[in-house]
Amino acid sequence: MLKFLIWPLAAIALLALPHGLSFSQQEILVFLTINILLVTSYRLLTLTGEWSLAHVVIMGVGAYASALFTKELGIYVPVSMLLGGLVSALIAVILSFPLFRMKGFYFLIGSFAAGEIIRLLWKHFRDPFGGAKGIKGIDPMPDFSIGIYDFDFFEPVSYFYFAGLVVAVCMWILWRIERSPVGLTFHAVHWQDKLAEASGVNLRAYRTLAFAVASGFAGIGGALLAHYIGTINPNSFDLDYMVFVLTWAIVGGTGTFYGPILGCVALTILNEVILREMGFEQARPLIYGCILIASILFLPNGLESIVQKFTKRRAKP
Amino acid sequence: MSEFLKVENLTMRFGGLVAVDALNFTVEHGTIHGLIGPNGAGKTTTFNMISGFYKPTSGKVMLRGEDISGLKMHEVARRGVVRTFQHSTLFAELTVMENALIGTHMPFRPNIFAAIVGWDREDKQGAAARANEALEFFGLDHLTAERAGDLSHGHQRALGMAVAYASHPDIMLLDEPFTGMNPEETRQMMDLMRRLRDAGTTVLLVEHDMQAIMGLCDTITCMSFGKFLAEGNPKEIRNHPAVIEAYLGGARHVA
Repeated sequence: MLKFLIWPLAAIALLALPHGLSFSQQEILVFLTINILLVTSYRLLTLTGEWSLAHVVIMGVGAYASALFTKELGIYVPVSMLLGGLVSALIAVILSFPLFRMKGFYFLIGSFAAGEIIRLLWKHFRDPFGGAKGIKGIDPMPDFSIGIYDFDFFEPVSYFYFAGLVVAVCMWILWRIERSPVGLTFHAVHWQDKLAEASGVNLRAYRTLAFAVASGFAGIGGALLAHYIGTINPNSFDLDYMVFVLTWAIVGGTGTFYGPILGCVALTILNEVILREMGFEQARPLIYGCILIASILFLPNGLESIVQKFTKRRAKP
Repeated sequence: MSEFLKVENLTMRFGGLVAVDALNFTVEHGTIHGLIGPNGAGKTTTFNMISGFYKPTSGKVMLRGEDISGLKMHEVARRGVVRTFQHSTLFAELTVMENALIGTHMPFRPNIFAAIVGWDREDKQGAAARANEALEFFGLDHLTAERAGDLSHGHQRALGMAVAYASHPDIMLLDEPFTGMNPEETRQMMDLMRRLRDAGTTVLLVEHDMQAIMGLCDTITCMSFGKFLAEGNPKEIRNHPAVIEAYLGGARHVA
């Protein structure tokens, strides 16, 4: 009974949430929603044991693709967002040919190099990518009305509802994949690739599948971002952003589906709300870094380990 | 069907070392075939070449007349040749049931789109049934929810075989299946292998436990220093002078 009530209650809470926040906090909420999709899709890749440093750049591929589709070809924005995701997945499949000749640490470095190459291409080719200045004046999501609510996409609240819905659908798909035999095979590829191969698993195909699916959803996240802020440039998707994604995943823990989400939400609130409110404008990165180190020292299994402790104890009696 | 699996002039060189030198033998369908030899004879290397873990330097592995040498491990597996590993190579972090489910990868190939939409219910049930069958066969059905890494050594070895068996193999390559088992466990495992054979699965095994090998195998191939030494039924092998010499040292010098 309680289980059936949790989801509608969570939905109502999320619907009400932006109305209790200031304008700038509402904007942060939109970015947080997109980042949740980014970090959840990243987890799908880490299921196979590979950690990529190109995930944010791949997200940028989706953003650039979607922006260009609407600008140059006049495609309807929601459709071009989907196409942006598809382009990201396609680029990931192409990148997988050189990258999956490597594993572990070498894959990490290789993916970083691949990401930087893509970023340099954006910088170098003024047509169509706009060079270092990027693309400006990206078409916003067209306003529409669903009867009870008028979507006005210059309002962060409206965009939060829209992005929230998209992200929820994407996360539902990612959840289904993880819980399916495909997800189990990803785990198998991670823990014992040789035994998985002896059971008939095509390692290359499954690594590529995880990389492509994760990249596709990151691309949709990038498209959501591009049509919200209206301007993107190569520096919107730089290594700093990637390091944030990594820290969300590490601090949250990647053992469970909700771990990275937890890390993303907790660290964003910490960084953007608490530290800002306390007036640590200059020292924010310093304190952020200290908290990071502390969490690795004292919470090696991430924030999810606290939740697990709590839920396990409750389940026993 | 005779000449089910045939190894022709199989050779593996690691730099200057010839680990396996022009090896020839044939595994008949529906038999238990043992591969023995002193330490360093190249038995595991031979296994690795048959299963596609290594690419042979030269020579061929023929399965039902098809050359499978140099194929990748999953391609060899999809042709019905499934192997186990020395030591307890398992998905230690996953449960026993999940281990067995991964074993069913080939008969019930997962499909990502069906999984998202939810059209894979029949496949999932089929895979679960097959996994249960395999676990039951190896006497592990009471342990399905345990973490594989927490099992006792004997159970881990059995689980390794259950994972291989879950994929409906035509031939199972077992790399030292009896290592670390007590006599009772060994006896049970021998029984299970006989049942496997009687059900139509060919078994090729590498083993050091002579008692088990002699009691179990229909045919034994003995190798020494990478070369073919002798082949025959257990009785012939036991009394073969070359085999005795390889294991016990030069009998002629003693005499």
